[in-house]
Amino acid sequence: MEESDSVESLCSSTTTRSDRSSGTRVSDTELRSKGRVIEKVLQCKYPSKGELPLLPEEHVQDSAKDVTYICPFIGPVRGSLSVTNYRLFFRCTDREPVFGLDLPLGVLSRVEKIGAATSRGDVSYGLACKDMRNLRFVHKEPEDSLKKSVFEVLMKFAFPVSNNMSLFAFEYKQVFPENGWKVYDPLAEYKRQGLPNESWRISKVNDHYELCDSYPAALVVPVTITDEELRRVSSFRAKGRIPVLSWIHPESQAAVVRASQPMVGQNGRRCKEDEKLLQAIMDANAQSHKMFIFDARPSVNAAANKMKGGGYESEDAYQNAELVFLDIHNIHVMRESLRKLKEVVYPNIEDSHWLSNLESTHWLEHIKLILAGALRIADKVESGKTSVVVHCSDGWDRTPQLTSLALIMLDSHYRTIRGFQILLEKEWLSFGHRFQQRVGHGDKNHTDADRSPIFLQFIDCVWQMTRQFPAAFEFNEYFLITILDHLYSCLFGTFLCNSEQQRLKEEVPKHTVSLWSFVNSQLEEFVNPLYVGYPSHVLFPTVGIRHLQLWVTYYIRWNPRMRPQEPVHQRYKELLAKRAELQKRVEELQREAANRTASSSSERAGSPTRSITPVQTFV
Amino acid sequence: KHPDLLPGEVEFCSANPILKYTQDDLSQRGVFGTLFCTNFRVTFISDEKPQEKTDKTFKNKLYGENDIPLMCVDHIYGVYDEKRKLITGGLVKNKYPSKMIIHCKDLRVFQFSLTFSKEEDAKKIFQGIAHHCLEEKSLKCVFIWCWSHYSGCALFKASFPPVTQEDGDFQKHLDTMINAVAHNHLYSVKTEDLSESLPNIQDIQQSYNKFKQFFLIENSTDFWLSDVKWFSSLESSGWLDIIRQCLQKAVEVVECLEKDNTNVLITEEEGTDLCCVISSLAQIMLDPYYRTLMGFQSLVQKEWVAGCHAFLDRCNHLHQKDKEYHSPVFLLFLECVWQLVHQHSPAFQFSETYLTVLSDSVHVPVFSTFLFNSSHHRESVMKAESPLAQSGPLSCPTVWDWSVQFDSKAQNFFFNPLYLEKVKHDRAVRKPHKPKHQRNLSLPSTAFKTPPKKGFFKDETDSLKKMLRVKRLSRWRGSPDAPTATTREFFESWQHRPLDYHGLLLPCLDGPAVHIWMQRYLRWIPEVYILGGGSVAVMTKLMELLSQVQDLKRVLEQRDSSQAAKLDHRPYFQHRLLSFDSSGRLSSSFPFAYTCYRSFKPIIPTGLMQSLMVTDSLASQEDEASSVVSFV
Repeated sequence: MEESDSVESLCSSTTTRSDRSSGTRVSDTELRSKGRVIEKVLQCKYPSKGELPLLPEEHVQDSAKDVTYICPFIGPVRGSLSVTNYRLFFRCTDREPVFGLDLPLGVLSRVEKIGAATSRGDVSYGLACKDMRNLRFVHKEPEDSLKKSVFEVLMKFAFPVSNNMSLFAFEYKQVFPENGWKVYDPLAEYKRQGLPNESWRISKVNDHYELCDSYPAALVVPVTITDEELRRVSSFRAKGRIPVLSWIHPESQAAVVRASQPMVGQNGRRCKEDEKLLQAIMDANAQSHKMFIFDARPSVNAAANKMKGGGYESEDAYQNAELVFLDIHNIHVMRESLRKLKEVVYPNIEDSHWLSNLESTHWLEHIKLILAGALRIADKVESGKTSVVVHCSDGWDRTPQLTSLALIMLDSHYRTIRGFQILLEKEWLSFGHRFQQRVGHGDKNHTDADRSPIFLQFIDCVWQMTRQFPAAFEFNEYFLITILDHLYSCLFGTFLCNSEQQRLKEEVPKHTVSLWSFVNSQLEEFVNPLYVGYPSHVLFPTVGIRHLQLWVTYYIRWNPRMRPQEPVHQRYKELLAKRAELQKRVEELQREAANRTASSSSERAGSPTRSITPVQTFV
Repeated sequence: KHPDLLPGEVEFCSANPILKYTQDDLSQRGVFGTLFCTNFRVTFISDEKPQEKTDKTFKNKLYGENDIPLMCVDHIYGVYDEKRKLITGGLVKNKYPSKMIIHCKDLRVFQFSLTFSKEEDAKKIFQGIAHHCLEEKSLKCVFIWCWSHYSGCALFKASFPPVTQEDGDFQKHLDTMINAVAHNHLYSVKTEDLSESLPNIQDIQQSYNKFKQFFLIENSTDFWLSDVKWFSSLESSGWLDIIRQCLQKAVEVVECLEKDNTNVLITEEEGTDLCCVISSLAQIMLDPYYRTLMGFQSLVQKEWVAGCHAFLDRCNHLHQKDKEYHSPVFLLFLECVWQLVHQHSPAFQFSETYLTVLSDSVHVPVFSTFLFNSSHHRESVMKAESPLAQSGPLSCPTVWDWSVQFDSKAQNFFFNPLYLEKVKHDRAVRKPHKPKHQRNLSLPSTAFKTPPKKGFFKDETDSLKKMLRVKRLSRWRGSPDAPTATTREFFESWQHRPLDYHGLLLPCLDGPAVHIWMQRYLRWIPEVYILGGGSVAVMTKLMELLSQVQDLKRVLEQRDSSQAAKLDHRPYFQHRLLSFDSSGRLSSSFPFAYTCYRSFKPIIPTGLMQSLMVTDSLASQEDEASSVVSFV
């Protein structure tokens, strides 16, 4: 029974939690190991009929029997549906094996009634999800027109922000052994990089977010620039996002600096403090008398920005700086590309035109451009020993994509599990990637043009790198999928709000649990057994489309036919266990042999206990 | 300076200095050296001192990185006044080109400049190479049982010549054939005419010709230009689709044998092309023995070599002008096997490197294995009386004697460290005996021993064909398109069962599951080398760990044996210690290309601007600046 893994179980599921209090650990839905685990999970989740495994502070809001789920892979399934303040449960017991759906309401981007009721009074509901699937249910309209249908309740709890309610993250009170809010300490991270030093200082000018409300409190700037000058620079950079240090090369002192676009405008406005700041950044690196400014945008778009007061650094104003455009498109193009991708992969794949359909989405093409941009940045810093400034328009979408990828290439620390958490906390969260706006947590306005899969795209790029360097990352694919699942789930506070300032104002760390509390309390789930930490090993990935692949185990994971085979990791883990076991036995035997020789009054030195070389045989 | 000649190898001509361009940049830089043409290969020897010899663990003893066996030459191009022309017989006589480009069948690309050497030398070497590579040189079955499922039903293949003859007697023949295996009418027979449902050998050839062009990259501008339309180009070649169709057909055959327990008869005109592909694939999916190194080798030997696949014609070893018979059918088979290996790695004892090397060996004219059109052909050529063999019988090594090409250390790469060896059960608690598949009988002995005269079995096949038409034993013939839906179900029900690497193995054939054989096709292209990465990083780690485990086991067994005073003679197939000092720096093309130590610079793409022209209005829309902060 436990062996009978099922299609059904796979097309169910998302995320759950580690329920340590109850003793049985409900592991997150297992996409990696053939769905068999899910079956187990589902079984222990339903200890007895009708009882739902609820999280602390999770309450059932409504449930309905006789709901039909139209599964695109196995056809209609009849069962019961429950809505809690956190998720949706659908369960069908009268089939073997048991079929279940369990998804956080946060993944829903749209819930709508499709068409009018049929003659039999059936109404169809469509649920569009942020995680690459659509669900469809058919349900009888309640005869009492005053009574709300379960789907109306669902709509209310799926979009709490639009209904003036709080997100479930603010109610969830699970206690984990580790507090994930303590993972990132900016000063400790800068200290790891050797900062402050003789050229760079940590400024308190933004302590109260007065200089820039979307920047963190702690900023690293050249020592030669005063806070007053920084204030003047802030009026020249879009949204006050001044050039500040992200990372410094431990040997060459070449720096990765991030910013937003300069407000040059049509008249070519200049700002001498800004020019001085960039000169100071260049001077802080004695190895090079040049610097590169990477503008993530296509040059056409950068130029068009001048009409609106923005623009890019002119060569006259910034001598010794070379400007490079990286041709990465804007958030709208990316959103459209993902929409097309979803069309191509869900629910059905057209096998014979798969490749051209995939190409027509341009998704991998965008991934390639982003990786190529990050590669050029990393190359300039590593091989050219040159400092770089990276910006796009506002410096909170393409800029963190580029800087964080370049940092992963340059600094092996960010390839560890904790290092990666720090990288996200720093480059994305503290520097104000607008998660609330880009994801639209709890907001029913699904057509909002500010939504865009920028962060997903970054995680995809990281995944591409883990494919190319399977032994260079401490974390596994499941870690990345877990991050993405909880990007939408609203179970944890990590990805809420748009900036550090907002998170402090809403007291997010005080009222919610961090995703890292959950992750770091069960690290073994996320460890890549193939990992070898090469310190100071720079990774230069290959960015040709020929070496990029679609992340099937994420984008097409709902299709049971695309279920991943047992991964290489599995075999490696088995071998590791076998080696450990054998080693133990050898040591035992050696000890035994040593004892025997000792007792037979031999004076020869005992065999070394640690060695695995063949030992002498004693008759 | 002269090349180290193999026994029997004769040098025809040479020229010096010749500039060999380095493949990976546009700067037209290169290495000067001497170009030779022998009766076995074209070879280039650099004038420069070989840089500190990188230890080539995976060295081919017959030919090195600057050697091209003559049969491996696919096309030769000459560059005349900046124009590239395909060299055919006619062009050879007149002018010699300033630059000669050689495309190899194993997808390497060589570029030589002829302008630096003396005119007569250049002319001689060009004509010599063109002559020996391109000139045409001077120099078939039947109803065959392939394999029996343990249930008793069997797989057969047969050739059906298009001509039909009204002929009696067919009933008897058929009954004799079927009854022998099918245990007295217990099972029905399904026939599948592969020439109806699969592409023919010319389609395969055309598709592959198109496909391989995408990998014959001459410089990095080409590379980045073709990178843009990569997926649609691949699709337009149709090659992956042909692979999918073959695997699909093999799954259908497997379904009949495994699920429906019917006999299956696959047919095509000659019975030696797609029949070989499908029958071999079906056997690999059904029988774990064929997933071992020895098993795979015997399968190729049985189905392909003894099964009369016309290697000589299909591989075009003799560069005949008549293109009709050329077709990479055997390569297609290896491609399909690779898909299986890629999807179910732990089920195979051999590695993808083994498959890649095997695909290369087809074009090394040293082995008897792939040189002939049939066993009959082989025997007649190899016989002492043959005019070709003036001095006693010819002796060619078979390709399976890998020591001819690789030393034992290099042969380690043929083993898959992920292979999950069958766990030997304790003899006391034996599982209920599962009847074995029959595989050892090979061909009916008559067909195997005596070279079949033309039409030896013809009567039978014709009559069989007729008989099948009359009796309509087949259930599918009525609905040729139906199988897809049922095989889908068959796959899904297999997928739900726990995975047994020593049991039935089926491939997933959905679009995203069919991949490109990266190792074979991308190994010579520097732009895609991943320094310090690629699957080699995993493989070397696994191999290390595996040898540690084996070491420990040996230690334990030595102890046991010393105590029990008996020796265990179990062979240690995989116990070969590998040491990679710099596995962190190996490139993904390992063990094939060795340029990885050259530099550690990233490869920055060029021409990105052309790449992605998003034309819709979204591109020009403003990101965030547009909306005048209207949130939270």
